[in-house]
Amino acid sequence: MRVVTTRSALSRTGVIAGLAVLALTASACGSSSTTATAPTTSSSSSPAAASAPSVASSSAPSASSAAPSSAASSAAPGSSTAPGSSSASGTPGDSKTATSLADFGGMDKLVAAANKEGALNVIALPPEWSDYKEVIAGFQKKYPGIKLTSQQPDISSAQEIQAADTTKGTDQAPDVFDLGAAVTLANLDHFAPYKVAAWNDIPAANKEATGLWFNDYTGVMTVGYNSDALGKDMTSLEDLKDPALKGAVALDGDPTQANEGLLAVVFASVANGGSLDDISKGVDFFKSLKAAGTLSTAKASLQLVSAGKINAIVGWSFNQLPITAAGTANGFTWKTFTPKGVNLGSFYNQAINKDAPHPAAARLWQEYLYTAEAQNFWIKGGALPILYSSMQKAGTIDTTAAKSLPVIEGEIAQMTSDQTTKANAYIKANWAKAIS
Amino acid sequence: MSATVVAPPAVAPRSGGDGRLRRMKPLLGVAPFLLYTALFLLVPTAIVVIGAFQGDGGSFTLANFSALFGQSVILEALLRSIVLSVVSAVIGAVVGAVVAYFLSTAPPSGLLRKLVTSASSVLAQFSGVMLAFAFIFSFTGRTGLVSRTLNSWFGVPEPDVNYFASLIGLIIVYAYFQIPLMVIIFLPAVDGIRPQWREATESLGGSTWVFWRRVAGPLLTPSFLGALLLLFANAFSAFATAAALVGLGSPLITLQISNALTSETGLGAPNLAKAEALIMVVIVAIVMAGYYWIQKRSSRWLG
Amino acid sequence: MSALDAAIAPVVTDPALATASERQPRKLRAAARRKQTIVRWIVLGLVAIFMILPLAGLIDFSTRLLNGKRTGRSWATVIDLDKLNAAAPDLVEGFKVTIALCLVTAGLTVLLLVPTMTWIRLRVPHVSKLVEFLCLLPLTIPAIVLVVGLGPIYRGIAHLLGTGNIWLTFVYVILAFPYAYRSIDAGLAAIDVKTLSEAARTLGCSFPAVIMRIVLPNIRAAVLGAMFLTIALCLGEYTVAYLLSKNNLSVALFNLGLSASGDPRLTAAVSLILLVFGFLVMFGFSFLGNTRRMKKGK
Repeated sequence: MRVVTTRSALSRTGVIAGLAVLALTASACGSSSTTATAPTTSSSSSPAAASAPSVASSSAPSASSAAPSSAASSAAPGSSTAPGSSSASGTPGDSKTATSLADFGGMDKLVAAANKEGALNVIALPPEWSDYKEVIAGFQKKYPGIKLTSQQPDISSAQEIQAADTTKGTDQAPDVFDLGAAVTLANLDHFAPYKVAAWNDIPAANKEATGLWFNDYTGVMTVGYNSDALGKDMTSLEDLKDPALKGAVALDGDPTQANEGLLAVVFASVANGGSLDDISKGVDFFKSLKAAGTLSTAKASLQLVSAGKINAIVGWSFNQLPITAAGTANGFTWKTFTPKGVNLGSFYNQAINKDAPHPAAARLWQEYLYTAEAQNFWIKGGALPILYSSMQKAGTIDTTAAKSLPVIEGEIAQMTSDQTTKANAYIKANWAKAIS
Repeated sequence: MSATVVAPPAVAPRSGGDGRLRRMKPLLGVAPFLLYTALFLLVPTAIVVIGAFQGDGGSFTLANFSALFGQSVILEALLRSIVLSVVSAVIGAVVGAVVAYFLSTAPPSGLLRKLVTSASSVLAQFSGVMLAFAFIFSFTGRTGLVSRTLNSWFGVPEPDVNYFASLIGLIIVYAYFQIPLMVIIFLPAVDGIRPQWREATESLGGSTWVFWRRVAGPLLTPSFLGALLLLFANAFSAFATAAALVGLGSPLITLQISNALTSETGLGAPNLAKAEALIMVVIVAIVMAGYYWIQKRSSRWLG
Repeated sequence: MSALDAAIAPVVTDPALATASERQPRKLRAAARRKQTIVRWIVLGLVAIFMILPLAGLIDFSTRLLNGKRTGRSWATVIDLDKLNAAAPDLVEGFKVTIALCLVTAGLTVLLLVPTMTWIRLRVPHVSKLVEFLCLLPLTIPAIVLVVGLGPIYRGIAHLLGTGNIWLTFVYVILAFPYAYRSIDAGLAAIDVKTLSEAARTLGCSFPAVIMRIVLPNIRAAVLGAMFLTIALCLGEYTVAYLLSKNNLSVALFNLGLSASGDPRLTAAVSLILLVFGFLVMFGFSFLGNTRRMKKGK
């Protein structure tokens, strides 16, 4: 009796499911209009975005048009006049349209407005990522009246925008973004322009002219490796083919998916005679690692490093730092190696959500990030902040923290948006083939 | 509470209204369910189907499908997903069915049965990082319990962490949640096999083989195929475990969809994801149709 | 109430007990029986080894340092809630979310299915095919496909109800439908819903009262079975939560696994604890179906 019931139920499942799919497909073909569609992120960048972040400078992103370094010290109340702003904005005190401190009437007023809002939502800020843990703690300590919520710390840049779309109009929408270059340029319509007090210290190439986005920090591409496992110090990228690293060389993210993974390929290309325009050498290099049997296609869960399963990672300098610490705790030595002359960076960007539920707090957060205090936290986390050179001039760099920075000889190279587009296309066509 | 029960019969209020209303009214009882399903199942599915045929601007296009079929990477991922699902479903179904049968011969309200069904229902949903780490920490490298032991006893080379990102590795890991799933869903079916039937077969001179070939086999076949189908669908749609195991490349269709949704390097394409999703639904539908065909044939054969 | 119960009691069929009683008179020859027992244990043993090895590996790893020495560090952290909270703040939060999701989803699924399916049997049997189809449809639509289409729906929910993790329950109910439907359908098939409810309504019960007092108590085992599967599903769900950018236990654990400073031994220990926890919940649940009989028996 039981058997019969089961059989008939399952047979019905089969029929109806099949029919349903056909019906759904048919109805979709027939209908041309729809009201609800998921957000489409166009990959074409608008003309305004043509000036992609690109910087080439000595030892750090420097302001070649040396701006006065007055604003580098932490948030002098009311003193900053935030050059180049205030003209087009709305009525004073309207936080949503404020494009600079002047629109608020000074730092005190901004703090008051933000305190009145009482809350701030930040998104996609992993605590270990360039020491965001301390940045967040620093803000909370300084502005205890504002309840900071760190939403979804581990999502990708693309998901930040999706989250903003999903929560648009609610008090849970993210107030500020921290985005990779490609996603930034594709989503300019999501941002509200704002110029922080330290605006003039940010080189022109590292910001959108109206303040829609501005660079915050970059890592430097480097190889981190377990020197105990390798049994020696790395002297060339060829050491990644050493049998001692069998199946243990990883990328922190697939290049078709994560900015960091893409830059790792570019890094390998530059180190092997390629260039920012020609990343084929990088793909070839990882192909040769695959052939040598050292490339890991497993998920580079960073914990697998502490577990002794992954022994080398090509990734951002600031992501190597927590592993070094984990090595101390777990009894292995994690060192980094960057081939001479290969200084590859890619700035992440700050932007304020146009639909920020807490517009004043969002702007206060940006002001805080561009103080020496917050920039020093990034330095401590192994990232190179955009105000590095102006802070150098002002003497506000935390020298202890600066020991976390990778030693860079020469200039940091960055890809232009054209180069990024080209690299993405090449990766799309060749990457899967190379590593499978 | 009990006081309200004892009331005079109230039959009248039920049969109010004119003819048409009376016919429509009972349907209202199903309305909450239908509304809910429409909102959280039918509309999302429709969005996927429609989106699959839309370009960035919202106009009708087949570009998503030409992009899909134009990329060997996606097609290979689809094929690999199918192979993985079929193989892990067959392994899971066969092993799970055997376990379910032996379990059904144990006392039905006994402790063994409770233990196994409880463990199975948890393990059938055991996935993601937990499962990935369990296999990586047990079977790879010098730190793995099994790999270490096998190496020191028999000199078997220790596999590295890549092993479980490969197709064979994924099949092994998938079998780990397919077997318990089969146990849960197949147990009711084998419970229906009465010991008396076996006794009857034996008293008529039939061997164990005859019993399985002529009695239990035909009776269980439809349930078994149905369960196999469910296991296929389960593996085909599995995402968490693969996401925790595979780092480079997106060798499965679910990973391709996730990549299209979350990529931050400008390769993301929500509508491509919808086209990929639609292909997945179509494949499950084809398998369902195939199942139905077999089912019809076998029922005629059973006739 | 008690009178109604007494009237219904003879109708109740418990499938497990029915098969048990039918099994009693079997007279297999002792030797064959012993042989079968041995084969049973061998087969179950082999599968059990495959199922247990990875878990044993987790235990081993959670206590083993890279140099082969043993450590109890990770287990000390797991046991101490404060330490655990410091080491993995998302985890405790995710745990709470998942527990809430389990309860709410199980409740909502039953609340939606039992009245609907009862109503159909009573009043509109011709739509039963449609409802069955809708309940089983999620089997053919992978969760990841559903997520792709859920974006706009969840945008609406964010406006109406907020962005809380708990609203994942709406999708989870859908995912639980196929399993819950089969269980509840089998339960309803085993009782004569029509006669029972006619009787109850003659005595003046409203429809909700019929559900609460007549149907639910009679299909209790089936409802518990449905909740059992729903809870198991919610405990391990990752795909929907991750792609809708929400937090739950699986997502928190995933993120813990990705974090560099976190101790992998801790992740292993937490995984094991959660597995044991899930097992205990399920094991405890499997006894619930039996207690009814004992209580009613007095």
